[in-house]
Amino acid sequence: MAVPEANEFFVDPSRCIGCNGCVQACTECDTHKGYSMIQLDYIDRAASPQTVPVVCMHCESPTCAEVCPADAIKRSEDGVVQTARKPRCIACNNCVLACPFGVPKMNTAMHLMMKCDMCYDRTSVGKKPMCASVCPSQALFFGTRDEIERLRPQSRPLNTFKFGAQVIKTKVNMMVPARSTVEHLDVVGALYEPTVGNQLEDSLSLDEIGDGE
Amino acid sequence: MKVASPEIVAPDNRTAEQQPHWRQEFPIDSPQDDYRSRRDFTKLMVITSFAFFVGQAWIVLLSRLRRARGEAPLQDIASVDELPVGGAKLFHYPGPGDASLLVRVSAGQFVAYGQKCTHLSCPVIPKPQAQRLHCPCHEGSFDLRTGQPLAGPPRRPLPRILLSVRGNRIYATGVQQGVV
Repeated sequence: MAVPEANEFFVDPSRCIGCNGCVQACTECDTHKGYSMIQLDYIDRAASPQTVPVVCMHCESPTCAEVCPADAIKRSEDGVVQTARKPRCIACNNCVLACPFGVPKMNTAMHLMMKCDMCYDRTSVGKKPMCASVCPSQALFFGTRDEIERLRPQSRPLNTFKFGAQVIKTKVNMMVPARSTVEHLDVVGALYEPTVGNQLEDSLSLDEIGDGE
Repeated sequence: MKVASPEIVAPDNRTAEQQPHWRQEFPIDSPQDDYRSRRDFTKLMVITSFAFFVGQAWIVLLSRLRRARGEAPLQDIASVDELPVGGAKLFHYPGPGDASLLVRVSAGQFVAYGQKCTHLSCPVIPKPQAQRLHCPCHEGSFDLRTGQPLAGPPRRPLPRILLSVRGNRIYATGVQQGVV
């Protein structure tokens, strides 16, 4: 069984209210063995309550699998990158260090890398992943492209990321404002942008950025 | 099962044709990873059976060589009076590298065994009071009178050295490999 092609994952961090519901729901999924595989990141905790839920983006060329020395990380035919295969995983942590999104987690007690697998037991039978099923603001949305276009006319999905020279196309989409003209999300570049409500005092950084664009 | 191979997207942004061969050997997608071609399977079977054949030939060669070496020689070990009851003597038989033990079990009975423990070849120590040969490495024990394993990891008996008494001398006449 495979995840139906029409069903896609859409993440809109601007809708996230930081309720941690997804983190709790994630532990309930049978394929995670009671561990939560989603992570709620604070952008700049001192200055803003903004949070970002981080699920696996299921890359077209998964960096975690590229660096795996044990050939343990595999992607199923529907493009979902699965948890490392237990007989192969050597718990070397390469994937944890290499993933640009910081998704794989090392379960030291089990000597196994575990990661978000889009709740494969649920999505492969047509259900929503646990996180998307509980998200009250639908920052995590799982459904068809038609649905998201109808529900979010102000946004459009984007699935190209840039980390320095590495271009990554993902199965999971990130929602960006519909009127923006960005072709990709430059994650490393975003590190140097002033965050919401925070004044950067480093004059060197301000010079590089220019004044506010 | 024929698996449609999607275009490999690698971080180096090269096309599928330009990718090195190992990408086909270690694909990221599980359908390709699970796929075994008939050619590869046949290759595995042929190589494995060849390895079995070589192993068998090696065993045959070794047993031929052993037979060609002929019977174990007669070797003077000790005199009857030399050992007290419960006493032991180390000697080398049949070759100079094969340490063996001669033990006087009672006034009229001698036994001799190869000293290598049948578990991992540690030298065994005679314990005549306990009627045992003891291996200190993994607490293995052998019966002093028969050489049969009694306790611990060894499962095979110690090789027994056949003895014969001629006059006042004790001779080793051969090695009886342990039979389970």
